[in-house]
Parts: sequence; structure tokens; C-alpha cells
Amino acid sequence: MLFLLSQIGRFTLRQLSEMGRIFLFLLSAVGLAFRPPAKLRLVVYHLKTIGVDSLSVVLLSGFFTGMVMGFQFYYSLRKFNAESWLGSAAALSLLRELGPVLSAFMVTGRTGSAMAAELGTMRATEQIDALSSMAINPVKYLVSPRIIASLIAMPLLTAIFDVVGIFGAYIIGVGLLGVSSGSYFAGMDTSVVFQDVYSGFVKSLSFGLIITWVCCYKGFNAPPMATGVSKATTESVVLSFVLVLVWDYFLTSIML
Amino acid sequence: MNNTRTEIAVGIFVLIGILCLGYLAVRLGKLEVLGNQGYVVYADFASVAGLKPGDPIEIAGVKVGRVETLSLAGDRARLGFRMNADVKLQDDVIASIRSRGLIGDKFVLISPGSSDKLIPSGGKIRETESPPDIIDLLGKLIGGDLTSKGGGDKGGRDKTAGEKGSNNGQ
Repeated sequence: MLFLLSQIGRFTLRQLSEMGRIFLFLLSAVGLAFRPPAKLRLVVYHLKTIGVDSLSVVLLSGFFTGMVMGFQFYYSLRKFNAESWLGSAAALSLLRELGPVLSAFMVTGRTGSAMAAELGTMRATEQIDALSSMAINPVKYLVSPRIIASLIAMPLLTAIFDVVGIFGAYIIGVGLLGVSSGSYFAGMDTSVVFQDVYSGFVKSLSFGLIITWVCCYKGFNAPPMATGVSKATTESVVLSFVLVLVWDYFLTSIML
Repeated sequence: MNNTRTEIAVGIFVLIGILCLGYLAVRLGKLEVLGNQGYVVYADFASVAGLKPGDPIEIAGVKVGRVETLSLAGDRARLGFRMNADVKLQDDVIASIRSRGLIGDKFVLISPGSSDKLIPSGGKIRETESPPDIIDLLGKLIGGDLTSKGGGDKGGRDKTAGEKGSNNGQ
């Protein structure tokens, strides 16, 4: 009985201290980002790995998501004779929900996992210890530029995803299924307000922070073994997905 | 060499991203960057009945502006219309709130007037027409029926039927 109680207590304490460590990690990374010298060159480099390298996969997934929505919304709207609302339905769901979430998933898969693996390998090969022995703060050198870069790159990727998706839905709806081009854009024009664009923007910013935060933490604290790196990579991707979806729920319920 | 290539790639990415973001914000989100264009006129309505900021204002079916503000003035609703600069409103135009289709997309219809005087920027449209409340109308119809039933005899019923007809005619 006592053994059971101590097991429960140890589990709780371990989880709590893990949460505390994750949070302190974020605080120190963000705090160090504001301390000079600003590593602009590193930020540009990570903008390339996060933004430019994810661009192709975001373009592709955005285009196909838009085309699928063209079909799906056409199918369901036709039941109410409301095909002319295809544009507004596609634009609203892309701007508010699908754009931020799906591009966050793409960035997690494309860049977040690589981040965790890279930092995990650096930990395993003692490069992170080498950095601190040279009096370079490894969090400032490795994590802060990634966080800044992801905060810049995620909203841009999301905007690209949205535009490409709207274009994809246009091609299917107008080109293939015969919705009139005017009503596609007019419906979109009347129903989309600035709040929709803004909420998508806020979502993408916070998703960018969550992804880099989780993936860097997992990689940074990976056990220094080959299995540790693989475990850190898997955990970072799964945890990023879950946190993005949970946080998305809270943001949606606040900003609706 | 390698470094400048990275910078060029990032530059292109940021440029495309900002273009897309700008398109979304300005074209779809109606964010006005270069200051507000056109001019504002106000109109008081007894009820705005579901009209929202951003809904279109039309003359003869052509969009000439949009609803910008919604506020309360006394016990009436005051709407601020942002009109396109090239549209002139005479001071006897009539603004009425209409809905389009069954889903009930609301818009403001302005029927042109014939006066020589124009409404200046910040001026007011005097003649307004609130939308008929369909639930209210139904209630009146049913209510009329019910009171006549309370009357009892056949003659009273016929009379209500006549009233009903005149109501529909309006």
C-alpha cells in the first residue's frame, strides 16, 4: 500500500518537475533572445531551414487541401442549393483553421523533427558541452535563433498556405464544377472579415513557438545515445501535434 | 557564395510570404493601409436586424460602400456608412435594410433621390426604412386569427380574413 502511494507520488513529482523544466527552458530561450549580441546571421540561416525548406511541402499540401475542400464543400453545399457559398466556406475554413494547423503539422514534420534530431546528436556527441566549455551559452546559440526564425516563418508559411488553398478550391469549384467565378469571390469578400485573418495570424504565431519550443527541448535534453536521439525525435513530433491541437482548441474558443 | 545564396532564398521566401499576408489582410480582411478612402455618412434605424460591419451598401445592385460602424444613438441604431468617393448622395435618398436570399445575407439598399443638395461627409441620411420583422408579421397574422376566434361567430371570421388580405397587400 505504502509502495503504491510512493509510486504515485514519485510519478506526480516527476511530471511536475518535467513541466517546470520545459517552462524554464522556454523562459531562458526567450530571455536570451533579447540579450545582445543579436545573432542575425543565425536567424537568417534558420529562416532558411524552417521557412524556405518547408515551402515546397506547404505549397503542395495547401494546394491539395484547397482542391479537396472544393469538392467537399461543393458536395455538401449543393444539398442546400448554396454552391455559390463555396468561396466563403473554403476561405473561412482555410483562414481560421486549416491553414494554421496544417502548415504547423507540415513544419513539425519537415523541420521540427530535424531540429530535435540535430540537437539530440549534438548532445550525444558532446558538442553542446563543448559550446558551454567555450563560454558560449548553448541555449542562446542554438535555441533562441530558432525561436525567432519560427516566429517569423510560421505566419508567412500560413499565409502562403491560405492563398494557395483558396486558389486550389477555386480551380476545382470554378474550373471543374461550374460555380461562377464572380460568386466565388463575392461570397468570400462579404463573409471574410479582418478578425478571421487576424485569428489565423495569432494561431500561426503561437504554433510556431510551440513547435520550436517542444522540438528544441526534446532534442536538447535527449539521452546521449542513438536510441535517445530517435526517442527524442518521435516524442517531439507527437507532443508538438498534440499541443498544437489542444492549444488550437483554446485559441478558437477564446477568439471565436 | 553559399551564404549569399541562403540570404537570397530567405529574401524570396519572406517576400512571397509578405505578399500573401498582405493579400489576405488587405483584400480579404479589408484592412485599410493607405488611410480610409471615401467619406462617411450616418443613418439612424429603428432596428438593424442582424446587419454587421463590413456588409455592403448598394445602389441599384451595385456595391458603393460598406457599413463601418454600428452604435446606439438614444433608442435607435446609428450606422456609419463608408461610401466610395465617386458616389454622390442627394439629401433625399432613402436607405433601407434588405436581405438577400433565404440564408439572410443583409445589405443596405439606397434608393436615389432627386434633390439638388448633396449629403456632405459626416452628414446624415434622413429617410430610413427598417426591415420588416418576419416573426413579428407572423405573430400579427396569427394573433389576429386568435382574437377573431375569441369573437365566436362566422361574420367576425370573414372580417379577419379581409384584414389579412389587406395586410398582405401592403
